[in-house]
Amino acid sequence: MTGAVTTDRLGELFARTRAAGRPALIGFVPGCWPELDATVAIAQAAEAGGMDALELGVPFSDPLADGVTNQLAYQQALAAGATPAAVLAQAAAIRAAGVRMPLLLMGYCNPLFAYGTERFVRDAAAAGVDGLIVVDLPPEEAGELERAARAAGVHVVYLLAPTSTTERIALVARHASGFIYCVSVTGVTGARAALAEELPAFLARVRKHTALPLAVGFGISTRAQVAAVGALADAVIVGSAFVQAVAAAPRAERAAAVRAFTAELCGRGG
Amino acid sequence: MSAQALPDAAGHFGEFGGTFVPETLMPALAELQAAYAEAQAAPEFGRELDGLLRTYVGRPTPLTYAARLSAHVSGGRPGPKVYLKREDLAHTGAHKINAALAQALLARRMGKRRIVAETGAGQHGVATATACALLGLDCVVYMGSEDVRRQSLNVFRMKLLGADVRAVDAGSRTLKDAINEAIRDWVTNVRSTYYLLGSVVGPHPYPAMVRDFQSVIGREARAQMLEAEGRLPTVAVACVGGGSNAMGLFAPLLDDPVRLVGVEAAGEGLAGRHAATLVAGRPGVLHGARSYLLQDEWGQVLEAHSISAGLDYPGVGPEHAWLKVSERAEYVAVTDTEALAAFQLLCQTEGIIPALESSHAIAQLSKLCPQLATDDLVVVNLSGRGDKDMGTVAAALGVTL
Repeated sequence: MTGAVTTDRLGELFARTRAAGRPALIGFVPGCWPELDATVAIAQAAEAGGMDALELGVPFSDPLADGVTNQLAYQQALAAGATPAAVLAQAAAIRAAGVRMPLLLMGYCNPLFAYGTERFVRDAAAAGVDGLIVVDLPPEEAGELERAARAAGVHVVYLLAPTSTTERIALVARHASGFIYCVSVTGVTGARAALAEELPAFLARVRKHTALPLAVGFGISTRAQVAAVGALADAVIVGSAFVQAVAAAPRAERAAAVRAFTAELCGRGG
Repeated sequence: MSAQALPDAAGHFGEFGGTFVPETLMPALAELQAAYAEAQAAPEFGRELDGLLRTYVGRPTPLTYAARLSAHVSGGRPGPKVYLKREDLAHTGAHKINAALAQALLARRMGKRRIVAETGAGQHGVATATACALLGLDCVVYMGSEDVRRQSLNVFRMKLLGADVRAVDAGSRTLKDAINEAIRDWVTNVRSTYYLLGSVVGPHPYPAMVRDFQSVIGREARAQMLEAEGRLPTVAVACVGGGSNAMGLFAPLLDDPVRLVGVEAAGEGLAGRHAATLVAGRPGVLHGARSYLLQDEWGQVLEAHSISAGLDYPGVGPEHAWLKVSERAEYVAVTDTEALAAFQLLCQTEGIIPALESSHAIAQLSKLCPQLATDDLVVVNLSGRGDKDMGTVAAALGVTL
């Protein structure tokens, strides 16, 4: 066992970035993709480029909150034989390789249930995972996950959307830990040219109910968008654009491309 | 507690059902629950729906005594009487119009002018396009590209009715993927759009709401059997894909001493490719609800197979899962070959061309009726007519049209 999470890497991260007065940058990439063992090198390159935390997608056959970029990556990962166990193994390998940034697993509830919620959370904690994001598991259905996560010292990160009512914001704020994932648009994941005008008002509504860090994701793909959203939130999540950057580079050039793209998003130049 | 009292307030049928959806949809589901409750309590909503079911859909549909079929399925020996609930005679040719029309009325009442729907065989898509044309609503129908190919006639019908039919190339390119895409559309356009689900699947309140709207089938059948025979049926049989025609027949009979038999698609056989979710699947979550599911050991959803596009779905409504584990209903499966034989049998014994979906329910009669007593009364939901399946049946029988 590489140790239950006695250190709260997420909490430390946000303490650091808040003290520095900058937003955290969080990336997303499906685990075990483009190749089954690809994730360690991607995580190392991202951290070297300035990434503050990384979400690993757990591939699912029916990712109904994801746009075409992530759907395709999940299909490719599954076709190559990706499983939740293999993604957990990649997470453990990332830690073994010395990557220190917080790691989160993001996915859908059926693979979690098939694995066994309690066992999955325990194995995730042992692999050095700091938080879980289960896209189709609202707090109403997440009792078992929350109990297991509390016992293992793993955060359960919930999502809020611009459609969320005051009642739902209050509900999610009561259940959330680590940070709250604020979905920037009503829609699925994927790059968009423009950000929703309603974002500042939405974040202000959420902020009234929680002191937790707010991370904004869905549709953020450029340095300009990262900067604009980063001025409003504690963290900016780049998903599909990061996935596209990984997909676009040949394997031999992938690490350099990921590092450069991350640095660009951070505003550190190439 | 009466079985009819389910689901609970959170949409659970025992351990099944619920709301496993992205957060973006949670407010929309709450809005739908409130709007449905409000509409149920509003006399004018029920009046308008009942009026349209009568004057537009053609309800009540007949309950037909199938004398020659009854004799045949009992192998020539005296056997039970078999009655057919004739949803094939409803406007658009299947039971789907019942819930499509009701939900379209609800959408209009909620001020949503844009409707999205999924379709497998095309029957729900046609019913939705029909209801939207009638009420002047915009209609987008998602359909797996494999189903578009299998059911080209229904695609043309939907287009004639003014629907925007969008082929879905993801995954298995069938109903499951059409539902994924319809949900993605709904997530994106949730404020202006009503998701008109075609079966008793999905997150709460859809399984209960679609059941309620389809229950007109069972209420009529119950009354018609009482009128024809002076007593209730002893057995009710219906095919189960998502399970809406079966829930429509079963729900008004749940508190009666009626044996309920759901017939799934065994496809090429349970050892091969099939769609027998309740018979051969395990509990899991798909499309917003916990139910039975065809899945691998890691929880990845498997592709289903049935000769009948309407049964070609790896999930099933959560209330059916509950009826199975609580042993209130029993679930069996028949193969493509058996369904094809039953399709021909009904054509030849009763002069009725059934949908391939409904042919699965007919096929079960040859197994069921020899075990029954002569005073048993069987009602079968003939959920749709077979015109849409001519190409599939001809190909399966080796006939070139």
